[in-house]
Amino acid sequence: MKELLSGNEAIARGAYECGARFAAGYPGTPSTEIMEAFATYAGVYAEWAPNEKVALEVGIGAALAGAKAMVVMKHVGVNVAADPLFTVSYTGISGALVVISADDPSLHSSQNEQDNRNYAKFAKIPMLEPSDSQEAKEFIKLAFAISKRFDTPVFLRSTTRVSHSKSVVTLETPQPVEDRTALCFDAEKYVMVPSNARKRRVEVEKRMRRLEEFAEGFPENRMEINDPEIGIITSGMPYNYAKDVFRNYSYLKLGMVHPLPVGLIRKFASRVKKLYVLEELDPFIEEQVRALGIEATGKAVFPYTNEFNPDIVHRAITGCREDLRTLSARPLPPRPPNLCPGCPHRGIFYVLGRLKAFVSGDIGCYTLAYMKPLEGIHSCICMGASVGMAHGMSKALGKKGKGKVVGVIGDSTFLHSGITPLLNMAYNRSDAVIVICDNLTTAMTGLQEHPATGFTLQGEKAMGVDLPELVRALGIESVRLVDPHDLKTTGAVLKEELAKPGPSVVIARRACVLFKREKSAPEKPLRVDPEKCTGCRVCLRLGCPPISWKTTVAAAGEDRGGKKGKKRQGIAVIDRNRCNGCGLCRQLCKFGAITEVK
Amino acid sequence: MDTRGILIAGVGGQGIILASDILCRAIMTAGLDVKKSEVHGMAQRGGCVTSHVRYGKKVYSPIARKNDVDVLVSFEKMETLRYLDFIKPEGTIIINTEELYPPAVNLGDAAYPEDAIESVRQMFGTVKVVDAPTLAAQAGNFRAVNTVLLGALSSCLSLPLAIWEAALRKAFSPKLLEANLKAFHLGRAV
Repeated sequence: MKELLSGNEAIARGAYECGARFAAGYPGTPSTEIMEAFATYAGVYAEWAPNEKVALEVGIGAALAGAKAMVVMKHVGVNVAADPLFTVSYTGISGALVVISADDPSLHSSQNEQDNRNYAKFAKIPMLEPSDSQEAKEFIKLAFAISKRFDTPVFLRSTTRVSHSKSVVTLETPQPVEDRTALCFDAEKYVMVPSNARKRRVEVEKRMRRLEEFAEGFPENRMEINDPEIGIITSGMPYNYAKDVFRNYSYLKLGMVHPLPVGLIRKFASRVKKLYVLEELDPFIEEQVRALGIEATGKAVFPYTNEFNPDIVHRAITGCREDLRTLSARPLPPRPPNLCPGCPHRGIFYVLGRLKAFVSGDIGCYTLAYMKPLEGIHSCICMGASVGMAHGMSKALGKKGKGKVVGVIGDSTFLHSGITPLLNMAYNRSDAVIVICDNLTTAMTGLQEHPATGFTLQGEKAMGVDLPELVRALGIESVRLVDPHDLKTTGAVLKEELAKPGPSVVIARRACVLFKREKSAPEKPLRVDPEKCTGCRVCLRLGCPPISWKTTVAAAGEDRGGKKGKKRQGIAVIDRNRCNGCGLCRQLCKFGAITEVK
Repeated sequence: MDTRGILIAGVGGQGIILASDILCRAIMTAGLDVKKSEVHGMAQRGGCVTSHVRYGKKVYSPIARKNDVDVLVSFEKMETLRYLDFIKPEGTIIINTEELYPPAVNLGDAAYPEDAIESVRQMFGTVKVVDAPTLAAQAGNFRAVNTVLLGALSSCLSLPLAIWEAALRKAFSPKLLEANLKAFHLGRAV
């Protein structure tokens, strides 16, 4: 049977077809749908862990107990999980363990563009890389087989274009599952004290040599010899871009990008006249090819940054700009992503933006509040960084920073990696204020559950951690709960907390506007009374998508102005189809011009 | 058959991804190879969204080259102007008349281009203008703008109507199906 699947759905399907029944991960674009799709299959166990390190440790535990376990994360998640990753490479596993790293060339939804193929080399773990959904489904099966056969964790690397493109996949009947789980005692193999780890270190090198041999005959490392004038070594999505524009060139398509099949590369190089290495981001394959003494062109013509496309590949290899018709020359207003109408974050960032404090931000929808007109975030590095950075900044500034340093973090991000830095803040005591934007879900990645939502990935009821109690237990004495849609109270509470000595936490709680479970009856949309609007523009400072500015020509003899002696230049208008009636603008309008649509 | 390309463009929240899912299902049912690509996540929060669809006997790249797309379906008037370089000179453009202001326009810092449709008409021979919000409301669901535009696209492709209807049946719950089928046919008739 054929089905149209995304790369992510295909990975989940492949894992299920080959008998994997265990998965753990943390949501992160472009990886999220792998876990969501896997969790829907009958008889599987799938969980959202609080972060990627925990997810990998959960996967290692399952694999040590003999399970076929899949661990899923985005590229930067591997940084969080790096600690267990480097050592599970030493111990190996009893069952099978595949780690999915979904990379994001072009940073569509990420804070950096790191090339996680480097982790494969660094941690001495084999890595497979599919180029479309059919391969994604097949390669996860191969990854499990390699993991089992070589007693090693295996990486499957995807990129945004593979994860989020859809193509036709042939579905197969899932294999019957054999329960091979059992307690497996082998202290010399699994207790990584120096004396044992030194021995395993040697085993890792032996395993790499065996994998190098395996790579030579691995059928997914395949040569396509056509026109011998030009040969291209490539893998993943760039293979498709090249095939699209140069159907007749010769290819060495690598399904396994670590370790590389050295013999096969030499053979391919000897059969073509001009050799290219086509890869997005780092010259990972190119450097290894050159180290073999083989002449190859790679980053001399292909960019280091951003994802490729067929035009980039064509231009780089032919060396000429095609005579393309260009029509999009005129400058258009940009359309950056924005917080949704009715978003609970808008209120808190409106208030923060007016406090003139430095707001150390974090990873989530709320990072969008750095833009005009809210301009309510002044830094963003990685998951959980807001808390530690606010503390460090407050300590460094001393008295100068009193009342001027705020850290902002979402509920899911706080549980991911904000707890330990908050403990540190209580322990080493700084004056910063931390705001937890609690929208009761993991919103940015599409409304996933987390340990405070009361539900698991598979929809079962669970404990929901009480955030105020958790924060108090960490040693923070001043903990306040506010509704960010109440602008006045939120502003007053923040001012009070910033004035207090010592650390404090404000929890701004309101459900994400897209969140179905907590949805209350829809509010009535609002309108602007054109008679009462003075054109003061205060409501526009919210940056709410339905509110726009409309220039008006003052009628002859019109004397009503926004400010004394000034004719009004225009009025605010609300698009009723997009307004969800949250009422923030009404709270700001001093002239009573904003009312419900009748 | 060479690979053909369709580009659907608009603003996050307009139902572009669902529309391209339905389109791809219809193409697959017709027995062709098909690939599509779009970017989810942060971009979806009111930002620009595009979905590339490519189909034919054997498709490699899921994203199109410049000057290589056969049909552009633009869900938002101004967004049309962003993607003209992708369209073949003899390509077809379908434009929704809906205007969604980006932040700079909302704030009064930039002007919304008023002449989008006229300027596209000067550059391309086949331009179909669709008042999708009105037709969606007429069909009984103001959110069915995406289905109206899919209907308008359907009349430019040679897929049998039964395949389209089957793909719509698979995509919508019984509750939403009737209005969406109606929306599709209203768009198809434009």
